[in-house]
Amino acid sequence: MNDFKGQTLSWQIVNGVTELALHHDPCNEIGSLTLEELEKFAAALPGLANEAHALIVHSTLKAGFSAGADLRELFQRGQEMEKDAAQRGVREFLKRIHSVMNALDAAPLTTIAAVHGVTFGGGFELALVCDIIIADRMARFCFPELRLGLIPGFGGIPRLKRDLGNAVVRDLLLTGRSFNVMKAQQIGLVSQIAAEGEALRVARATASQVGKFDRRTAATAKAFVKPIPYEELSREIDIFCDLYSRPGVEEGLRKFVENEGVQPYLP
Amino acid sequence: MPATDHILDQILDLAATHFKVPREKLCADDDFFKTLGIDSLQALDLLTRLEHHFRIELPDYELQGVSDFRTLANRIQARL
Repeated sequence: MNDFKGQTLSWQIVNGVTELALHHDPCNEIGSLTLEELEKFAAALPGLANEAHALIVHSTLKAGFSAGADLRELFQRGQEMEKDAAQRGVREFLKRIHSVMNALDAAPLTTIAAVHGVTFGGGFELALVCDIIIADRMARFCFPELRLGLIPGFGGIPRLKRDLGNAVVRDLLLTGRSFNVMKAQQIGLVSQIAAEGEALRVARATASQVGKFDRRTAATAKAFVKPIPYEELSREIDIFCDLYSRPGVEEGLRKFVENEGVQPYLP
Repeated sequence: MPATDHILDQILDLAATHFKVPREKLCADDDFFKTLGIDSLQALDLLTRLEHHFRIELPDYELQGVSDFRTLANRIQARL
């Protein structure tokens, strides 16, 4: 399937590059519907890899790349189901999202995340599966999960450890603070900084560059330098599910969801 | 002019320009969420612009409980 127009995302091939556009208001929160459409994309990926030499993942929404997991849906499901069923549901969701993330991570084509604005939690994790992150100067990154009594659950910790020094990972996780693109480049997370609104254009130029090289060689080099930490990823699911079962998490989610103030995204 | 007042002026100028609010309507002790009509995502946007402008890193937890421009200026001053 070379092109698809969904409710939360769409893709098409442009000049030999697959462009996956996220467009789920208000800020590409990743819930059941987005997961279903991401699974469609992951299923189409082998075919797309035969037609394209690169993948760009980007958002068409002004607010940012993605604010992460759909916490409202997570809270609501927890309220509607018996505790055991809710926990099984969370584990199942995580297994499915991990499957998608792993497929993207291992994709035999060069993958580029073109990010802007809010790139938090699961959204940050989606950017992390890509080979290269290009960010505009208004991008802001965060793993806020500790604020809810959780850890990143979409594969963020093993991938962050893969890419960055442990001291930086500890800082980001344990403070739950957001940081800007200058810091992101300084720590080695972001490859290039674009002017505001220009991340996709810069990503397209980079994708054009990588298209000059033999694809099999590029795929082989990528597989060599980018191991996928499957055991740690599996362990992350177990830890997340264990933490999710604690009573304080429901309360943390409730506070976030029911917050009618202006500050839910601030720590 | 004390350093913080100079910082405050720059914050008010930047906020007025970016959020398209008349500069004369902004005062140091205003609640910037109300005066600028912004939510937390837009507050993060403002934070990012201030970090770039002053060339500092200002962790967002420093904004906990901060809702007026003057206190924001003090937080920025402490990072210069």
